[in-house]
Amino acid sequence: MPLWWPLLLASLLFAIGVYGVLVRRNAVLVLMGVELMLNAVNLNLVAFDAHFRDVLHGGQTFALFIIVIAAAEIGLALAIVLMVFRTHGHIDLDRLRSLADRDDPELSERDAAIAAQESDKSEVGR
Amino acid sequence: MSVVQVIFVLLSLVAVGSALLVVTTRNMVHAALWLVVTLGSIAGCFLLLAAEFVAWVQVLIYVGAIVVLLLFALMLTKAPTGAQPDLNVRRVLPAAVVGVLVAALLGTTVVAGFSGVRIDLDEAVVGSAEVTGATIFQSWVLPFEVLSVLLLAALVGAIVLSRRGDR
Repeated sequence: MPLWWPLLLASLLFAIGVYGVLVRRNAVLVLMGVELMLNAVNLNLVAFDAHFRDVLHGGQTFALFIIVIAAAEIGLALAIVLMVFRTHGHIDLDRLRSLADRDDPELSERDAAIAAQESDKSEVGR
Repeated sequence: MSVVQVIFVLLSLVAVGSALLVVTTRNMVHAALWLVVTLGSIAGCFLLLAAEFVAWVQVLIYVGAIVVLLLFALMLTKAPTGAQPDLNVRRVLPAAVVGVLVAALLGTTVVAGFSGVRIDLDEAVVGSAEVTGATIFQSWVLPFEVLSVLLLAALVGAIVLSRRGDR
């Protein structure tokens, strides 16, 4: 098998992942794009492992390590996404401006109103 | 073309097509399910590239655990199950241009750099559980232990973040 077949497949998957990260507004869908990019890297590692026939199997071992790191990353990222959902009431990345530089009065007013509602609810809950 | 090459091309086409559907579909749950198809066909590519254990770990962890976690997140954030008109940003064109540029740049680089090189899969050592286990616990023990500490840290972090109330 020519070596560039798996490498080209990995490049295409990486580009699709980049597009997904850039174009999606929902935080969970952005994470799916990140997963696609991590998988493209794994494919590269495994292809080069098969090509170089490393005695230590460095490529396959690092592919396994990346899978583990991806699992840790997705667990933490989903905890953060759920926390953002609890505090803001949505996970729309276009409207999450709390840490952004730009000031959009309309959006920040709406976010402030939602946050006030949330804090009212939690006050009542206590 | 040998049988392995035909199967690899077919799996690649399935992977690229379903990955495109992951990033373009209007339905969030469908995106997660198309991700299963993509990851499964990548696991098939791993099998063809003599990485047997990595392929099964891919099926177990990615398809089994990560996609289920993503579906849980969609459920817990009250994602609507129907088609959504506003899943994408308003300006799709710049993102598409960046994606096409990344694909063209990386693709031409790898094709130009490795066009004459072939993988000899007939004599490759299959990375079975035995071979992978031996290499991990003989040569890669220290990174493996560091990784277990990282997993513990991620576990503690996720629990702290998702605890409700008094902090």
